Amino acid sequence: MAEQPAIITDPKPAPMRDERLAHQSTLRRMMARPELGAFAGVLLVFAFFGTTAGNTGMFAADGAMSWMTVSAQLMIVAVGAAILMVGGEFDLSVGSMIGFAGMMIALPTVYFGWPVELSVLFAFAGALAIGFLNGLITVRTGLPSFIVTLASLYILRGLTIALSILFSNRTIVSGVKEAAGDSIVTFLFAGTIGNSFFVWLAENDLIDRLPNGDPTVKGVPMVIVWALALAVVAHVVLTRTRLGNWIFGAGGDSNAARNVGVPVNSVKIGLFMFTAFCATVYAACQVFEFGSAASDRGLLKEFEAIIAAVIGGCLLTGGYGSIVGAMFGALIFGVVQQGILFTGVPNDWFRVFLGAMLLVAVLFNNMIRRRVTAER
Amino acid sequence: MTATAIHAEAAAPQPGRPLIEVQDIVKHFGPVIALAGVSLTLDAGEVHCLLGDNGAGKSTLIKTLAGVFRPTSGEYRVEGEPVFFGSPRDALDRGIATVYQDLAMIPLLSVTRNFFLGREPVKWRLGPFSFIDMEHADRIAREEMRQIGINVRDPQQHVGTLSGGERQCVAIARAVHFGAKVLILDEPTSALGVAQTSMVLKFVRQLRQKGLGIIFITHNVRHAYAVGDRFTILNRGRTLGTFKKAEITLDRLQTMMAGDKELQVLDEELGGTV
Repeated sequence: MAEQPAIITDPKPAPMRDERLAHQSTLRRMMARPELGAFAGVLLVFAFFGTTAGNTGMFAADGAMSWMTVSAQLMIVAVGAAILMVGGEFDLSVGSMIGFAGMMIALPTVYFGWPVELSVLFAFAGALAIGFLNGLITVRTGLPSFIVTLASLYILRGLTIALSILFSNRTIVSGVKEAAGDSIVTFLFAGTIGNSFFVWLAENDLIDRLPNGDPTVKGVPMVIVWALALAVVAHVVLTRTRLGNWIFGAGGDSNAARNVGVPVNSVKIGLFMFTAFCATVYAACQVFEFGSAASDRGLLKEFEAIIAAVIGGCLLTGGYGSIVGAMFGALIFGVVQQGILFTGVPNDWFRVFLGAMLLVAVLFNNMIRRRVTAER
Repeated sequence: MTATAIHAEAAAPQPGRPLIEVQDIVKHFGPVIALAGVSLTLDAGEVHCLLGDNGAGKSTLIKTLAGVFRPTSGEYRVEGEPVFFGSPRDALDRGIATVYQDLAMIPLLSVTRNFFLGREPVKWRLGPFSFIDMEHADRIAREEMRQIGINVRDPQQHVGTLSGGERQCVAIARAVHFGAKVLILDEPTSALGVAQTSMVLKFVRQLRQKGLGIIFITHNVRHAYAVGDRFTILNRGRTLGTFKKAEITLDRLQTMMAGDKELQVLDEELGGTV
């Protein structure tokens, strides 16, 4: 250096390895992963139901498929909720969106005679438009997304009921299955895959058979395929791509992210559209499974999705969380909800358990966050 | 550490032509006159300190320089060329980077992710998704940290685990890495302790020797005097003058900054502790 600064006497840079900083073991670093709590929770519920419901058929092929299906349904919306939470926003309209999207499929198909494929495309387009609107209003007004999407929750639910009564004079629109026939969309949302594999398993007595010789499980339901596909895409995008980095940035500190040129508003609007997309996938799976759309479908799903995301380690304040964690969260849901049926415990305990689980998860997340950011 | 250890991508200083020149910049916010004609030049290899009390117009001036605000009137030239910035992005593209005091880094993100936020190195693309070259990013982040003198165990560690001074240095290093020729540092030392402050000031001096132009905003005259080559004092939206270091003493600077007389009176009342 040409001249010495007035206040600096130390010629060498101070070593930044601080003796007050304890060495971090691999275990400790694992502890800092967002999905750790949820993973522990999964182990816990499996251990619990493995001992209490081990001989009830819960872990036989058909029993397992039942809790996997329930988990997968929630996983579809939980993935959307989790990635949106990492981006720093909430969507409370997910549940209503499920009902509304179902109607957007059923009403045109049954009452306007649209081809079912067109109705499905219409529902996805409509949902994406509503997601766009949710996002646009949130980023433009700067209002908390909590309030904006609470409004959408009521508007969409109201519209779902009002429109279904207006067009069909009832709140459940059935007849979609008949109208759809063996259309590709029936398979896409309510089919099963790997059927021959399950036949082979049954033939080799690896899984049980029905009296007529068919396997007890026909195949892997498409809802599970959708759940896994959405989760893999969301996970890869979040952890490996530029967009993922922008999502973390937008959720962690939107001003700081804007300062370095991240298009925060577009990122957030895109995330709202993605949650709406997930809700529509959920809706389509239900509509084609039951052959009908009901205006109360998806009730409270927004909260279940958020709970799964929080159990999975997403911070309510944004910028931190994981898709894998949300998958674990949804799995805990499915296992507990179905496991309670198998053990014969009254269903009310399910909610008690979930509430307690949520509280524990939030406390645990707070602890993790403090550790990660070393805040005191 | 030697100055050459910093491998900035900044251009070599061009003698003669100032990096930044503003002339009679005026900025009104409705009826409020935030800047009433401020002029300033910044040369390459210079630390130009912008001093002033709260409400003097420092923030408005640097936000105008950074492209956040558009001036109501006045001329703004970068390397002799008149510029009209519509957004901070435009300013960044001309090599003018701003590091804000508390908005520099995102604590929950890793050092690497912070360092490359908005400028992630892309390994390959799939449709709309660009995959980040994480190993490359980690390597560069680690190398940059090492050169500042921050020993990160793991560039994937969260920025929240770094000290305030380290965060500022990382934010500055990031701006330099991505080709800043002009650095606008908004109160980089105001929230820091003594050791942390000296770390940041040392880094600023190194960058000056690399030929960067640095606008250093502070209301701590001592910090300014430790690194500054020139000092511009703002008061109520106007400049009270620009002084070379040789022309002015620390005390005089302090007095001018607070608007002369009032501070002297206050200083006497408090027994010289201000």
